[in-house]
Amino acid sequence: MNLPFVQRLCACVVLLALLPGCYREQRPLPGAPATASPTDPLRLSGLQPGEPRASATASNPFEENAYAASQGKRLFKQYNCAGCHGGGGGGGMGPPLMDDKWIYGQDSANIYATIVQGRPNGMPSFGGHIPEEQLWQLVAYVRSLSGQLSSAVAPARGDSLSPGKAEQRREKEEPKEGGQPQQAQ
Amino acid sequence: MTMKAPFFLPFLLHAATAAAAPSQNALRPAGIQAERIHDLWLLTVAICSLVFVAVLVALLLALWRSGRSDATTAPDVASLAAPEPKLKRSVLLAVGASIALLFVLIVADFQTDRLLGRMPLSDAVHIEVTAHQWWWEARYNDPEPGKIFNTANELHIPVGRPVIMTLKSSDVIHTFWLPNLHGKKDMIPGRTSLIRLRADQAGTYRGQCAEFCGLEHAMMAFLVTAEPNDRYEAWADAQRREASNVLSARESRGRQVFMERSCVMCHTVQGSGANAVFGPDLTHVASRQTLASGVLPNNRQQMAAWVTQPQKVKPGTNMPATALSGEELEALLDYLGTLK
Repeated sequence: MNLPFVQRLCACVVLLALLPGCYREQRPLPGAPATASPTDPLRLSGLQPGEPRASATASNPFEENAYAASQGKRLFKQYNCAGCHGGGGGGGMGPPLMDDKWIYGQDSANIYATIVQGRPNGMPSFGGHIPEEQLWQLVAYVRSLSGQLSSAVAPARGDSLSPGKAEQRREKEEPKEGGQPQQAQ
Repeated sequence: MTMKAPFFLPFLLHAATAAAAPSQNALRPAGIQAERIHDLWLLTVAICSLVFVAVLVALLLALWRSGRSDATTAPDVASLAAPEPKLKRSVLLAVGASIALLFVLIVADFQTDRLLGRMPLSDAVHIEVTAHQWWWEARYNDPEPGKIFNTANELHIPVGRPVIMTLKSSDVIHTFWLPNLHGKKDMIPGRTSLIRLRADQAGTYRGQCAEFCGLEHAMMAFLVTAEPNDRYEAWADAQRREASNVLSARESRGRQVFMERSCVMCHTVQGSGANAVFGPDLTHVASRQTLASGVLPNNRQQMAAWVTQPQKVKPGTNMPATALSGEELEALLDYLGTLK
């Protein structure tokens, strides 16, 4: 191996550039079954009585994992999220998820809270019914619907025919400020 | 003789298993509609064989009658100097025979269709069958709303009574195919089709989706048990009953697991709080012979595999994996076992 210094440097840079890809395809072993005891609650307010206690994880552990996002895509159909939000998140009985409007916020924590706690006017609360791991997979997929995930992570194809663009090819929608919760009728 | 035993063995084994497995065979009609279709099939095979033999005989005759050359002379392939004798007559004969035979088939086809439509329908059982990716939902309709019930993947019908099935699809095009009792019928989303059949011999018949409908198309089967009317009525009465809430401690724990985990998000158990209709109705799941739409035999081990690893058993199925601890799984299996 008598490569010149520049070539060695180039090889190192290329290998380093490949490193982030390792996590992209990482497939975790099935997690421990959810226990009945409640985990840390997801807090919507920092105000707490007594000593402050931690809130549940506020950032998605799978945000950069392509496998998780595509699992989320399958779960979106399997748990019938598609029944209300449309097969590709285009909306139906529930609001669309592929546009730039976020009634309750576009962050992972907001989406997680929406699924776990439910929202007024129809969004059921799935807390305790869906395992934690699958919840975060769903969150990753929901964010990919409006192009919030990197195109290297968002699902490129699905199990069923779809007329729309793959999540991977969607342009990032810039979330609009001040999405207001719908008023209870 | 002993040398030949291994040769016969597979056939013997095949015969033994074929006797045990539910029949899925269009050549063994078990009902009047399938018999009529079978008769048409026999006629078609007979006529086609006749035509095949006639063509072969004509060909051999032509070869036999053609002029020959000896080993040293090249064959004379130049056009005939004189026209072939009786050419017009043979061509007319062949054309006439073809037209006549095709007309026989057309008339027989119409006749079969009319006979299929003429089956008496009084005292019929009405079943609404909806195909899903990849399972079958069956709703037994009744003028009395209290007598309506749902089941999945396993139908019972009375022998000798007509059955009117309304066929629907909830997603893509499927085809209802129960060869022992009737021909195929497409199930097109947004449309309703009808199939009218009658089982005249008791038995269990296997049916299958016959239109490619996605990843698990091949694993989308169902069973139809034809039985005497009194046994059918007893079965229907049992299916109408709600699930019992008299449970042992462990079964109650299983019921709690069912209600707390994702099971309850898709399945119905009548008489409990589970009322979702995205997956098959499980009120009487323990009374069925198979799981996952005819894929697995229904026993405790297979149920455990199906609940915890559905994507391993039937990759692509719309049932997500459920992570359960050992204790929860055992309790859940106990509870599912009570749903008879």
